Amino acid sequence: MAMIDPASLESIEAPAMHIPDGFVSAPVAGVGFALAGVAIGFAVWRANRTIGERFVPLMGVMAAFIFAAQMLNFPVAGGTSGHMVGGALAAILLGPWAAMIAMTSVVAVQALVFQDGGLAALGANVFNMAVVACLVGYVVYTVLIRFSHIAPWVRYVAAFAAAWFAVELAAVACSIELALSDTSPLSVALPAMVGVHAAIGVGEGLITVAAVAFVTATRPDLLAAQVPVTED
Amino acid sequence: MKLQHYLGLLVVGIGIAVLITFFSPLASSEPDGLEKVAENEGFIKEAKDAPYEVIADYALPWVDNEDVGTILGGIIGVFIVAAITLAAGVLLWRLRGAQRPTSSGGEPS
Repeated sequence: MAMIDPASLESIEAPAMHIPDGFVSAPVAGVGFALAGVAIGFAVWRANRTIGERFVPLMGVMAAFIFAAQMLNFPVAGGTSGHMVGGALAAILLGPWAAMIAMTSVVAVQALVFQDGGLAALGANVFNMAVVACLVGYVVYTVLIRFSHIAPWVRYVAAFAAAWFAVELAAVACSIELALSDTSPLSVALPAMVGVHAAIGVGEGLITVAAVAFVTATRPDLLAAQVPVTED
Repeated sequence: MKLQHYLGLLVVGIGIAVLITFFSPLASSEPDGLEKVAENEGFIKEAKDAPYEVIADYALPWVDNEDVGTILGGIIGVFIVAAITLAAGVLLWRLRGAQRPTSSGGEPS
């Protein structure tokens, strides 16, 4: 951002996966809000029944961390950059429901205060980055963590895979929304988005592994409630 | 539920987030994933400007130095996001269904 050239200042920022207004049609935007609303409503209902006290401060910390981490665009091949989404990391540490709520507040503040992601597209953005990313990340992580009895590092493989697949599936959802909006046909948008985010997902995976390793080293109790410990 | 019992976690966690924002001027300004695809496939022009701007592009508009403006914008964002999420969490905890009335654990599933 420091050396941004004047011409690109005029352009509209559309960071990694934040859809700006204009990319999604009114019906797709509406369906986005409906799907996001149902999913977040369900997440609130589930989190309300299962929330543990320590998850309250951890939700705030995770949301703050993910907001900050999303500002750090890292370069990937071909004059492209990407940044963390964070859905998988949030789901690993908070479980999927509290993670969805934390991610929703990140994405909503980005749209409402920082003009990152459109207002009409907010529902679609919440669906992609809060709902799809958290659910996919959680499912992949919980499936792979069952093999953590093999070696301690399996946890990190699980975290990496969770992050990579979360980003890819969010990119797939984004492509479908662009196609349904007649912005870009699926045959064009899908391979392009999946291709770019395959690289961005590697960065996402590395950051997620680093964060999980950091929490494991400093506050293993925060993971204990979440990771099915296999030695018992 | 008293958030002050978790002051250490909150200060260290949010402190790390604030520290990260100090690196934001180093962030790559290359077009990112969706933006690049939109440029390549020719639909970037369909993007519309936001109807209003508060802290557009994460830089405080009234700070001359863009690096400083971006860091301050990021710090403001960190605190807004933390405050909203903590408020949501406290509300969820206060109104909890008390399915498992534990005071510490409680695993989300």
